[in-house]
Amino acid sequence: MFDAIANPLRQLGSRTLATLVKLGGASRFFLEVLSHSAWLLKRPQLLVREMFFAGVQSLIIIVVSGVFVGMVLGLQGYNTLVRFGSTDALGTLVALSLLRELGPVLAALLFASRSGSAMTAEIGLMKATEQLDAMAVMGVNPLSRVIAPRFWAGVLSMPILAALFNVMGILGGYFVGVVMLGLDEGSYWAQMQNAVDFHLDVVNGLIKSVFFGVAVTLIAVFEGYSAEATAAGVSSATTRTVVTSALAILALDFVLTAFMF
Amino acid sequence: MALPKKSHMRIAWRGPMAKKVTEKPFIEIQNVAFAYGERPILKNISLSIPKGELIAIMGGSGCGKTTLLRLLSGQYRPQKGKITVGGARVDLMGNTELFQFRRSLGMLFQFGALFTDLSVFENVAFPLRENTQLPENLLRDLVMMKLSAVGLRGTQAMKTAELSGGMARRVALARAVALDPALMLYDEPFTGLDPISLGVIAHLIKKLNTALGSTAIMVTHDIHYSLALADRVLFMANGEIIASGTPQEVLGSTDPWVSQFVKGAADGPVQFAYPATTTIEQDFGFIAEQTKGTPQHV
Repeated sequence: MFDAIANPLRQLGSRTLATLVKLGGASRFFLEVLSHSAWLLKRPQLLVREMFFAGVQSLIIIVVSGVFVGMVLGLQGYNTLVRFGSTDALGTLVALSLLRELGPVLAALLFASRSGSAMTAEIGLMKATEQLDAMAVMGVNPLSRVIAPRFWAGVLSMPILAALFNVMGILGGYFVGVVMLGLDEGSYWAQMQNAVDFHLDVVNGLIKSVFFGVAVTLIAVFEGYSAEATAAGVSSATTRTVVTSALAILALDFVLTAFMF
Repeated sequence: MALPKKSHMRIAWRGPMAKKVTEKPFIEIQNVAFAYGERPILKNISLSIPKGELIAIMGGSGCGKTTLLRLLSGQYRPQKGKITVGGARVDLMGNTELFQFRRSLGMLFQFGALFTDLSVFENVAFPLRENTQLPENLLRDLVMMKLSAVGLRGTQAMKTAELSGGMARRVALARAVALDPALMLYDEPFTGLDPISLGVIAHLIKKLNTALGSTAIMVTHDIHYSLALADRVLFMANGEIIASGTPQEVLGSTDPWVSQFVKGAADGPVQFAYPATTTIEQDFGFIAEQTKGTPQHV
């Protein structure tokens, strides 16, 4: 009887402790990555190379998704606004939805799925095949050479990708609203221009994406670096990256929205 | 502890006729103990290795051979004891000193550990690019020399995925000796190689040891090549060094541990069977219980 109550409590306690230990480890890892980042100033080409992998190679998924999300917003927005006779506000609806929420959040989710998972798998495999050990034995710190360039590449790429997602979304909305449904082009852009505030909407949206970039990339590199050095370990670390990143993005979005708007 | 600068350190550790010049041991391991959590791996190990010597360490899987290499390279820190390499205490080094120290050692990993995103040339050039400021033309010459030394000139543009197991191990060897290390560590260098590649790697290990005058420690299961290459062979079991000697002494040894290794006998001090805590009756009785009442197929 006692065990029936005590065992679940013990399990809960041990899981809580494990989570706290992991959070502590991730925080320490974050500080170590920051302390090894100055080295990148001497080797900027490493950062450029990683930005190509994390950022440039994510362009297709970001651009295509942005266009479709904008088109869906255009369609749904039109169907709702037409009931109130305010279809002129479609540009505003599309732009504000994208700039404040959908752009940063969806771009970050896509980035986590595409680049975050790739980073975890690559670092995890480097660990499993002793490449990180080999590097350390050659007198090269993997935190400087492998982790820091990937981390900063993710942090710098994220706002650019989010901005691009927003632009493509607005163009998608334009295509549906103006080209397909025949709304006035001038109203679409003019209403948007009047309603969107550069600092409140555009800058805050980009600030959000910087936070998402830090969270997603930190999770990705930490999971890869601390992955168990086996095929199963790398696989579960990659899954954890996608799941934890998604949860972190949504939770952070709520907190940031509460402070910003 | 302050380490001498890279170039000075190398001059101090090596030099003409370095091999077999043994006033003070190059490597000194004193009463070292190491455990993974609660599980002890090394118990009170002591060992001295003179400069220029090639040592082979043998022993069953899990007896602590690779752990010893990792302690020497500073990847692990011992819970007890002292590790001195070239007069510097590895176990007391901070991170910066440790990375500086590692520039004077080379390590060949069990499966090469080549960087899969780099070409053969860039793999060998990696330690030179990261640890020196050599101009590109000199760096290129050095890489080509190292590749020539392992017989792989002409493969520089290949990706690592295009290499056979033996070739990959030779590229890894070229990379490990790129900085002319004072200490070479070989972690099971013969694993998974065909007899020809195995012979080539063994020949290269000996050749590089002689040419560089470096001290070398080779962890291996291959008794034939251990006896052929090494100046001294050490046997480890249960986290302790149980026997050591020259190849001739090993061949003539009547020590049951040594004898079992040399003959490759299944049973002896190292038991073939895992020490199960249950009896055969208990194990098979459990299976019989599970299958009771179900039709038995013959």
